[in-house]
Amino acid sequence: MGIEAGTVMLGIIGPEVVLVVAALGLMVADIIIKDERERQFLVWIGVAGILGSLAVSASLWGREVAYGFYGMVVVDNFSTFFTLLFLVAGGLTLLMSHRYVQERKLSPGEYYTLTLFATCGMVLMGKSTDLIMIFLGLEVLSVSLYVLVGYVRGSDKGVEASLKYFLLGAFSSGFLLYGIALLYGATGSTRLAEIGAAIAQKGLLGEPMLLAGMGLLLTGFGFKIAMVPFHMWAPDVYEGAPSPITGFMSVGVKAAAFAALLRVFAGSLPGLGIQWKEVLWLGSILTMTLGNVTALMQTNIKRMLAYSSIAHAGYILIGVVAGGETGTTAVLYYLLVYTLMNLGAFAVVVAIEQKDEKRLELLDYAGMGTRHPALGAAMAVFMFSLAGIPPLSGFMGKFYIFSAAVKEGYLGLTIIGVLNSLVSVYYYLRVTVMMFMKEPEAEITPVLFHPSLVVVLIIALFFTLQMGLFPSTYLHIARESIKIFL
Amino acid sequence: MVDTTQYLVLGAILFCLGVAGVFIRRNAIVIFMCIELMLNAVNLTFIAISRSLGSIDGQVFVFFIMTVAAAEAAVGLAIILSLYRRRQTINVDEVNLLKW
Repeated sequence: MGIEAGTVMLGIIGPEVVLVVAALGLMVADIIIKDERERQFLVWIGVAGILGSLAVSASLWGREVAYGFYGMVVVDNFSTFFTLLFLVAGGLTLLMSHRYVQERKLSPGEYYTLTLFATCGMVLMGKSTDLIMIFLGLEVLSVSLYVLVGYVRGSDKGVEASLKYFLLGAFSSGFLLYGIALLYGATGSTRLAEIGAAIAQKGLLGEPMLLAGMGLLLTGFGFKIAMVPFHMWAPDVYEGAPSPITGFMSVGVKAAAFAALLRVFAGSLPGLGIQWKEVLWLGSILTMTLGNVTALMQTNIKRMLAYSSIAHAGYILIGVVAGGETGTTAVLYYLLVYTLMNLGAFAVVVAIEQKDEKRLELLDYAGMGTRHPALGAAMAVFMFSLAGIPPLSGFMGKFYIFSAAVKEGYLGLTIIGVLNSLVSVYYYLRVTVMMFMKEPEAEITPVLFHPSLVVVLIIALFFTLQMGLFPSTYLHIARESIKIFL
Repeated sequence: MVDTTQYLVLGAILFCLGVAGVFIRRNAIVIFMCIELMLNAVNLTFIAISRSLGSIDGQVFVFFIMTVAAAEAAVGLAIILSLYRRRQTINVDEVNLLKW
């Protein structure tokens, strides 16, 4: 192992340093600027921080693997890939929130600061090579999000969602920690690499303490990726949280948990693959099916997207179960695709939503497409992509996941996955049909477009199309990122 | 002489008590206390293992857990407080605008 004892190597956490400096600068600026209107410009400090961090992390791509902080964090292509993904998600969330915060007169300073801290927690989670760091990254991200979910204090739903997220989040952290403790007891280390080595050397495979620890870890991660049966918090929290934050959670938290899951399970517990793959196999089927079937019955767009996001976690789990080079590459590619198309869908939701949680029902979307063709077309693209209709990126993502599963011999899983995506076409299509083919019952107030939101829509649209039409570049990047597992 | 296994068993019992409490109790603050019990059961497990392995990592981990638990408590109690202000209740069964 390449641990350089005694070195701290600040460069390794460069992206995080930039994010934290920007977040602290935001806090100070929030105090200094007294004028309410000028404070709306604070978002640009956050965006600048994200852009700076993007530049720093892009420069880390392709470098040699380097450990820092006594082997607690690592820079490899895997971590850089996820860093870039989280920064894109965080940046788009900031831009999406600009008008949202302004309209509802939320205090902008803390909102943007917490978003940056949550992004930073995700980045740390993707980078950690020690269970302690995974836990700390997870908590940095969770504690920031507990606050953000309940940020609209005048909203009954928001406060309730925040309580539920907090109680279940803390509860799941308990499981994760107990799992870590048992793993530490069984192998004598919390370092991922040393855990893997200890299992191989001492022949611990059948050890009950190790198996119990692994089960508890799976439970803890299962909560974070909303795997059935640990999904019950997701619809409530996603519905109650401010819409941009819902979008952020549905892509960011999920991707961060998958990054840690891959590092822990595919990276250092491959010897126990038979056991955890069986659990995830079942989890994946339940997650897809429950997510899609329940989404059919939803009338609230945010709740529908919440169930859709549960279903997508199920598809991604297929890739994790399949494993190997193709499976893991497919997982990374899918997470990237999902981030952009889902954030795009949420950007449309944010654009249409009005103050006091109005215009969030599916019926409110009637006639939106004929009034605002561009917005309707954008939503159609995101919905088709989520449904997996070619040539959009969602189709390519599903295609790679399913073909990896077939290649590794999980035929049953693939069939269930394909059937599930057929079911999902119905509720995604319904949104589009509603927007273009149904006349509204009352005259609708037009949607006001805010420049920041338009930028988000354009970015999401561009990548959703481009990643579907020219997937090879992104697949190459994903393949480069997973070399550490091979 | 108390050996490590007994500490581990105690930790497991405390953890299960915490989990059971989360499912049974309906007061948000009591649920939160049960979660804290779970975390402290983990702390005990860590210290026992750390002692028996003769490695310091586990004890360092406990400090991190305590710090994080304190941060969580600050945020969590604030959330419970703001819930009480809006709804005059902290019974989780009455917090049901969103379906569980």
